[in-house]
Amino acid sequence: MAVVDITEIAERAKQRLSGLSYRVLVCAGTGCIAGGSGAVYDEFLRLTGAAPGIAEVALVGDMCGNGVSAVDADNPTGEPMQVKAGLGVGADGVVSRTGCHGLCQKGPLVTLQPLARGAEEILFCHVTADDVAEIIDTSLHSGGVVERLLYRTPDNGHTFRNSRDIPFYARQKRISLVDCGHVDPESIEEYIARGGYAAARRAITQMTPAQICDEITASGLRGRGGAGYPTGIKWQATLAVEDQVKYIVCNGDEGDPGAFMDRSIMEGDPHRVLEGAVIAAYATGASRGYFYIRSEYPLALQRMHRAIDDARGAGILGKALFDSRFDFDCEVVEGAGAFVCGEETALLASIEGQRGMPRAKPPFPAQKGLFGKPTLVNNVETLATVRHIVERGASEFRKHGTTQSPGTKTFALTGRVLNTGLIEVPLGTTLHEIVFAIGGGIPDGRAFKAVQIGGPSGGCLGVEHLEMPLDFENLSRMGAMVGSGGIVVLDDTTCIVEVARFFMQFTQQESCGKCVLCREGTKQMFALLQDIVDGRSQPGDIELLEETAKAVKAASLCGLGKTAPNPVLSTLKLFRSEYQAHIDRRYCPAGVCSALKTYTIDPSLCKGCSRCMKNCPAEAIEGEKRAAHSIDVTKCTKCGICASLCKFNAISAV
Amino acid sequence: MNEILDSFNNDPYRLIAILQSVQEEYRYLPEPVLSYIATNLGLPRARVFGVATFYAHFSLQPKGKYVVRICDGTACHVNRSQSLLDLMDERFKLNDNKPTTDDMLFTLEKVSCLGACGLAPVVVINDRVYGQVNVDKLGAVLDEILEDEERRR
Amino acid sequence: MSETNSIPSAVISEKNTLIIDGRMVTIGSERNLLELIRSAGINMPTFCYHSDLSVYGACRLCIVELQGRGIVTSCTTAPEPGMVVSVNTAELRRIRRITVELLLASHDVNCPTCAKSSSCRLLDLVARLGVSTVRYRSRAAKQPIDTSSLSLVRDPNKCVLCGDCVRVCQEMQGIGALDFAYRGSKVQVLPAFGQGIGEVECVNCGQCSAICPTGALTVKSDIDRVWQALHDPSKVVAVQIAPAVRVGIGEAFGLAAGETHIGQIAAALRQMGASYIYDTAFAADLTVLEEGTEFLKRFRLGERLPQFTSCCPAWVKLAEQRYPDMLENLSSCRSPQQMFGSLIKQELAKETGRSSDDIFILSIMPCTAKKFEAARPEFSTGGRPDVDAVITTQELARMIREACLDFTSLEPDSLDMPFGFKSGAGILFGASGGVAEAVLRFAGEITAKRWLNPAEFHRVRGLEDTREACIDLGGVNLSVAVVNGLAAAQRLVDDVRAGRKRYDLIEAMACPGGCICGAGQPSMEGNAVRVARQQGIYRLDTMLQMHKSQENPYLQQLYKNVLQEPGSHIAHELLHTHYRPRRRTGAHEIDFDTGEEQSEGAAVHIEVCVGTNCHIKGSHDLLHNLIDHIDKNSAGHLVDVSPTFCYEACDRGPTVKFNDEILEKCTFEEIAGRLDRELEQLASREATEVGKIRDES
Repeated sequence: MAVVDITEIAERAKQRLSGLSYRVLVCAGTGCIAGGSGAVYDEFLRLTGAAPGIAEVALVGDMCGNGVSAVDADNPTGEPMQVKAGLGVGADGVVSRTGCHGLCQKGPLVTLQPLARGAEEILFCHVTADDVAEIIDTSLHSGGVVERLLYRTPDNGHTFRNSRDIPFYARQKRISLVDCGHVDPESIEEYIARGGYAAARRAITQMTPAQICDEITASGLRGRGGAGYPTGIKWQATLAVEDQVKYIVCNGDEGDPGAFMDRSIMEGDPHRVLEGAVIAAYATGASRGYFYIRSEYPLALQRMHRAIDDARGAGILGKALFDSRFDFDCEVVEGAGAFVCGEETALLASIEGQRGMPRAKPPFPAQKGLFGKPTLVNNVETLATVRHIVERGASEFRKHGTTQSPGTKTFALTGRVLNTGLIEVPLGTTLHEIVFAIGGGIPDGRAFKAVQIGGPSGGCLGVEHLEMPLDFENLSRMGAMVGSGGIVVLDDTTCIVEVARFFMQFTQQESCGKCVLCREGTKQMFALLQDIVDGRSQPGDIELLEETAKAVKAASLCGLGKTAPNPVLSTLKLFRSEYQAHIDRRYCPAGVCSALKTYTIDPSLCKGCSRCMKNCPAEAIEGEKRAAHSIDVTKCTKCGICASLCKFNAISAV
Repeated sequence: MNEILDSFNNDPYRLIAILQSVQEEYRYLPEPVLSYIATNLGLPRARVFGVATFYAHFSLQPKGKYVVRICDGTACHVNRSQSLLDLMDERFKLNDNKPTTDDMLFTLEKVSCLGACGLAPVVVINDRVYGQVNVDKLGAVLDEILEDEERRR
Repeated sequence: MSETNSIPSAVISEKNTLIIDGRMVTIGSERNLLELIRSAGINMPTFCYHSDLSVYGACRLCIVELQGRGIVTSCTTAPEPGMVVSVNTAELRRIRRITVELLLASHDVNCPTCAKSSSCRLLDLVARLGVSTVRYRSRAAKQPIDTSSLSLVRDPNKCVLCGDCVRVCQEMQGIGALDFAYRGSKVQVLPAFGQGIGEVECVNCGQCSAICPTGALTVKSDIDRVWQALHDPSKVVAVQIAPAVRVGIGEAFGLAAGETHIGQIAAALRQMGASYIYDTAFAADLTVLEEGTEFLKRFRLGERLPQFTSCCPAWVKLAEQRYPDMLENLSSCRSPQQMFGSLIKQELAKETGRSSDDIFILSIMPCTAKKFEAARPEFSTGGRPDVDAVITTQELARMIREACLDFTSLEPDSLDMPFGFKSGAGILFGASGGVAEAVLRFAGEITAKRWLNPAEFHRVRGLEDTREACIDLGGVNLSVAVVNGLAAAQRLVDDVRAGRKRYDLIEAMACPGGCICGAGQPSMEGNAVRVARQQGIYRLDTMLQMHKSQENPYLQQLYKNVLQEPGSHIAHELLHTHYRPRRRTGAHEIDFDTGEEQSEGAAVHIEVCVGTNCHIKGSHDLLHNLIDHIDKNSAGHLVDVSPTFCYEACDRGPTVKFNDEILEKCTFEEIAGRLDRELEQLASREATEVGKIRDES
């Protein structure tokens, strides 16, 4: 098969864009599509088609760019979507679709990417189809700015034209997300034109598998999917096992509620993941690869499929890659909705068509994995980092992060924080930096309470941990976990017991049910937590909860069980008094647990309108018309309907 | 049915993919179909049943015309996705135990995370994603569907 | 490895040892750390480890602390020289206790009335680990108990989800009637689609109940029915006792495994009110003659070989489900239990001058599947079953206790004649290989035309799941296979079908070791008990005066007076049976909805069976070609074709239902031809009708 000529592709792309002054990038991440970016894209195509010679319009996967950096005009990119839509290429610019910018809550996002020198990059937020004509008139034709669509900081309303300057982006360091939001994820040419697959070619044609493993080991890269096992050691172990058939599996079963890093990478820059897989396969001697992706991620599935097909078409997958003697091909396997399949042995069982039940290790997948063959299992983000290391070398990678945890890590920042979205920061960045500098702090003037990091396997960090550098060691010492990297910010309106209950409900449903400790332990812990928030707890419940949690953590079969108690243990450590209050005083300090509230009517505010009385399902409210009403606490079911109906704010819960 | 099995070479290792394709075709996994698959793949029926019930994606019950998937991931949960679940219970008496309305119009599914946390809380109805949904917004969308259905009748 | 640094230097010098709780232990041939710990004399608790099955690692009771690696399950860990293992630490003990406490919290603890209470491993662990309270609040909603099976009762409220039953059914029996379903806190062990265990492909071997550590799977009790008959003055209760029962029952009373207690059983039964106490081994002798004669005939003619034995009802059901086309290879002989039932009921009625309705035949069996067998419709006469009740060895032991008899001090009593008399060959039926050996002692002598030493056929004995022997009988070579465990049996049959193996006679038994290890026997652990019971059977054979069925004088008399000769018409009526293919799917009829639009106005309805056997025979291609054919003729609106399940004529497949008629051994050409004719007729009818309408108008 013909080898892809990278230079030629770059040249072709340059030709296509020469003479255009802008590329219009319309975000096509899940978030922006939900906000209507498809209509925006269509409108751009319609209008630029009607008035050719302005720009190329593109939809981009997940625009997680660290601000869309000004593109080197000598290395422009992208296959214009107009071709597919049957429209002529504009003369002044192109419209492309890209991946998620990370700032999903501001979507749909549109970026004007300058192609000609002197033009300026502009990011527009909350764009609707109705705004398109104005953008074209004001910005593309006249070089002006539609002020009302610019990014505005939530706190002081400061506006930014260029996304680079937005605090959310300015403090990040992007390695695996570097091109997310910059490339058309459905164009292999564009990926190649931006230097893609050069690392794979170099690895396969100029390095031995052992050399690559050594380089990865030297970089100190640790698995981005969970516990942070050194990636290089895993590769070496797989390489060391002699077998005719070996497999590589990319774990894209990102099931942590509150995490979407892997989705964004696969949607925004799928070829980067694929290139990592090709390099990993060569380095370990694998001939076949599987991308296991959750079915909840239709766009990621579609883009990975496309990437693999395109790569195969270009000769980057198949036989004799880059004219070497190395054969490699891969396929996408769609998950069927089971969190536990993120555990590697369960994932392998699932690929084999079985119930996703983990088994004891050893033997490790490197020794006995898929179909009994040596198998390397790596997470999406891990593979997305490989290209960078092979390209720039281990020492360059080590310039970021800490000695023990080098490099950067993506996190999904969500919850009670001003700027939610996807971020990539060097490991060792403090929580304070993430929550306040990047996240913009807590909205509505509330106080920071804790972050939940690592989802159901992770734990909570409180105010006292704000200055702690986030890395694998520190987190695991705190009983938390990097996990796949979800950071959910909690403020003082969040009840910590309720949060622990939420996660335990999740794990007891998602446990595979195989081993006793995890299955029964999570079930009982959930029941205890439910009792606590429902006001049915008994003295001694905290101790029982803690003892159970420790046993489950110590002796469960797999990683899911061993980490399932983390949300409980870490919150017990930080917020024991809050638990205690629920049990001893039947009081929820955050005012969340409805069963623990007492509703009262302030007679000075009550006008006696009877609205509450008429609507109370428990008939617990009494009083004469036009006189202050009162609530019979013995009848009150604490549903809160009265408080939500009262026009005079006379009803409150304590 | 046979085409699906053939396209996977009747390979028992591809059971999950086969079930996915079959479900796409039938919208759920009828019992006789599962028996048929088991026979063709040479697997015990209890095994196929076990796999089909392990994964949340599979349904052994017919689903309604509109599948309302409410995300109850962390971010959505913190942003009060429970109120949306309550709404479904109030309006259609739909909950974990009874996911589908008797008229087969709506099926409620609680999903763990759709990965669109930036838009929390998120609701997906069939393939349409709705972000930052509150009770009023969901109610309005459901009303629209109901009106639409009424008109069609 | 880095761990070696922390190991005392004295240990490293010992190449093949490791340390368990401070003691140095030599690593032998143990497959895992658990076995090693046990062989070091530590009775490590576990639910889910069984040496015959795959390692599961789920119960978390056999946890140990491994220096450098933390807490691991010993069953999943390979012993390595230099390991430092702690079995008994405060933390490990705490975790084991919590584990048992967690299990108890979701367990239906009606222990005093539970059928398993005397052998419950959970109860044992509660006592051993000192679990004194259950702090978790009970919340599990009660699930219905599955009583659909004639042999087994499944109580999900007592299941600890160790998966032993799932693995024994899959790995040892190759059936897979049970599997895990659902997930997380909702996980359950269920038959397919949550159907009753009696409605699915379960063959009633009961090995699941034997291995179940709790009362989640138990043998269905028929004790009450038996007491009722014993107390009913209008009934004459005649008992047959299977060979394996006598070497097993002692264990239920704390006696050594393998000792024979037939005399005590007879004494107990008589005290409980039984009128006649006979031996199934007599009927086994009868089986030898019938089955041996049948075999010799087939062997001479070279037809329907290999001949499979048909004594094991679990094997017979499996064959009916899975090998409908090979059913003619099964011996047509009923099992000894059923031969006894039909024959003795008739003979006793004659002898006592009473109606056969008053004769109550009670079987004491080591087996759960015998309960199912006795209820098969073909084994009933005039609407009443030939065998009225089947109880297991364990049930008998329970009745003896209930009757307040001290089994160990009972004065041995003798069996009644003539049907209590047997040769050693009849006794051999209790152990795997016994039927084959007994038949050889008969058929071999006939073929070789001389007296043969019974010891010549010991080669079929053993404990392996599959054994084969080529036996030279005076120039005639007889190839015999003995298989126990239905997974091994299926492998063997597949080999035979594929032509990889060729045998003349195959003995197939469902339970490992044969009937002595039936699921109705007292619960056992480990191979030692199996060997002891087997030796007990062989000892009995040696001790009896006669070793060949054909030498049994009462049997000879029976043939003279009643049965004429083996294979006679009357013998066939009383002692033989026929088999029918059995679909393995649920009890109810299945609608196969293709999900496509059903053509409402279709004039022709065709359903093609796509069940296992029809599928093998090409119904899949038939269906496809048929659909193509219809498409080609653009007759889609007239013909409604759909796949369906089993018409229970699997041996004559592919089966097609054409309108209301069921056609067997169909080919595509046949169906297509018939369809074309039908469509032509339809067209001409339509034409006439149109003509008529035209005429009328």
